[in-house]
Amino acid sequence: MNTTGKILTGIWIAGVTVAAFLWLPPAQGFRSPEAARIVVFHVPCAVLTFVAFLVNAVYSWLYLRSRHPLTDAKANAAAELGMLFAVLATVTGSLFAMEQWGSAWNWDPRETSIVMLMLVYAAYFVLRGAVEEKSKRARLSAAYALLAFPAMVFLIWILPRIVESLHPTNTLFSRSGLDPSYRITLWSFFAGLLAVFVWMFRLRLRVELAEARLRQQHHHDAVAEVTLAGETR
Amino acid sequence: MNWQIELRRISKVFDERVVLRDISATVTAPGAWTILGPNGSGKSTLLRIIAGLLTPTEGEVLYLYNGERLTAHQRRQSVGMVAPDIALYRPLTALENLRFFARARGLPVRDSDLLRWLERVQLRSRAHDPVASFSTGMVQRLKLLTALVHRPSVLLLDEPGSNLDEAGMEFIRETVREQAQHGIVIIATNDTRELGYGEPLVRLGA
Amino acid sequence: MNRSSGWVHEAFAVFAKDWLLELRTRVALGAVVLFAVTSVVASGFALAPPSGVPAEVKTALLWVVVFFAAVAGLSRVFVVEEETRTADSLRLAVSPTGVFVGKLLFNAVLMWGLCLVTVPLYLLLLEVPVRSASLFVTVVVLGSTALACATTAVGAIVAKATTRGALFGVLSFPVALPPLLVAIHGTKAAWLSGGAWRVATGDLQVLVGFILVIVPASLLVFEHIWSE
Repeated sequence: MNTTGKILTGIWIAGVTVAAFLWLPPAQGFRSPEAARIVVFHVPCAVLTFVAFLVNAVYSWLYLRSRHPLTDAKANAAAELGMLFAVLATVTGSLFAMEQWGSAWNWDPRETSIVMLMLVYAAYFVLRGAVEEKSKRARLSAAYALLAFPAMVFLIWILPRIVESLHPTNTLFSRSGLDPSYRITLWSFFAGLLAVFVWMFRLRLRVELAEARLRQQHHHDAVAEVTLAGETR
Repeated sequence: MNWQIELRRISKVFDERVVLRDISATVTAPGAWTILGPNGSGKSTLLRIIAGLLTPTEGEVLYLYNGERLTAHQRRQSVGMVAPDIALYRPLTALENLRFFARARGLPVRDSDLLRWLERVQLRSRAHDPVASFSTGMVQRLKLLTALVHRPSVLLLDEPGSNLDEAGMEFIRETVREQAQHGIVIIATNDTRELGYGEPLVRLGA
Repeated sequence: MNRSSGWVHEAFAVFAKDWLLELRTRVALGAVVLFAVTSVVASGFALAPPSGVPAEVKTALLWVVVFFAAVAGLSRVFVVEEETRTADSLRLAVSPTGVFVGKLLFNAVLMWGLCLVTVPLYLLLLEVPVRSASLFVTVVVLGSTALACATTAVGAIVAKATTRGALFGVLSFPVALPPLLVAIHGTKAAWLSGGAWRVATGDLQVLVGFILVIVPASLLVFEHIWSE
């Protein structure tokens, strides 16, 4: 992302944040209508966590097909960002839950789902730390990601059947209860955070490429060579 | 029959370590070949790549039978391999090991056949003893037997004579001679006693 | 030999070989049964009546015991092959599918054996009233099978790692969680509900569905784990 893009993203997010406080009306029907504004930040973070999980699974699959080191780096970068947004979603969610339901943690299906996603990411990083050889690490972690993915989809699908949910359902796309300005602000926030996501993702890959270049300078390194060869694609 | 193995520009890299660089060769049945080179030159790695146990970083190994490429399954059915780091099941007896590898390969063998095979390598009397109780030479003979149980067209041997006495070496020599008459043998070695087994195929540097 | 049925006899050969090895060395059995019996006895000691612990807690505890006993033993089938350097012998002779199915069958039977020992002991020591025995048995069989299906491929990953340590537990937990939660839910129905089968039909369907999803997914990635 070039400098203009970064500045625009910054202005955009700052603008949406200001709008969330000054333009957005308090959400009636919540216990503390003023605090409900956090929803416009919370929901995009949660959605991005799931997006990151999907991106990680897709790159894991592509890695197993292509065995290209850069594809593995992409899968890893998606997982790292997924972890970051999972933490943000959990923290903002807990803050709101304190206000709304009186306790920070309620074993609500969506709360549980996101914690399970964090567990999967944690397991993924532990696995990557436990394998020394790079290509083997990439192979095993990709395989693990592709095992965890269907399990998580299952979990997210079955949890609401087992536990009662506190979250409203289907607010994002069709809901008459919430002011339409909420939907606009929320998706604007999402667009801003998505830009941040893409920017951080590319930044992570640049770090990976820089490391490969360093390795190549110190000794002839075929893995680094292959990694760098992928840069132009 | 017309067997051919083609190594096309094989390279293998473990992280920063380049083990094999751009190796090409062709082997046509029948005959015996050797892969030569000092310790650590990548002989075992190359043999494992030929066996399909290891995927090369670049290049490929082609198995051709009458010009047709073999599937992974056909390749498993036509390759037998003996190497120091490929072990038998030590808690199982000689007969149980042999029986497992025969059945796993889908061979309809009876125990009487297997016992006759064991007879050939002077292990008939130890058929019901666990492999853990065997001497190095006995283990090596049993390994060779399990590698030959499906009558493979391609036999791959990694340092087959290491730790063997003269009688053991004679057994290897005989097996190689027999196999080289109808199929392919590739031997990785730096033992001067084994150099005469076949023509040099690849000579690896340190 | 018929190629399409190839992996079936391969799987049975691997399965038979693994049980032969297991009965001779008792590595997995020892770990699993010791863990299960110890934790059941400890739980019984603490929670048996008149402790007043609600039955819901006991359903969760039963499956926690079963899961951790499984964690103690289910990765052995693959770890042993790597440790004794027999994995390559297997790779030379058997297709990845044959290996996976054989090991999966081994783990499933190990889980059934584990439940056969643990569950009656647990019911006896913790004095649980089971309202629907038929449903309970069904949930235990499907639940233990689903746990074996969820963790077998993970065991193969762990066997390849440089440092294994507690890796199997850490990696298994997220994959095994869906069947674990559903099994706890179904067990609760079997122990406490009146029309138990009606309540738990959904749970049984989910368990079967999970097995039908995770086994093909495992087969799909197993070749990439198993082959170097």
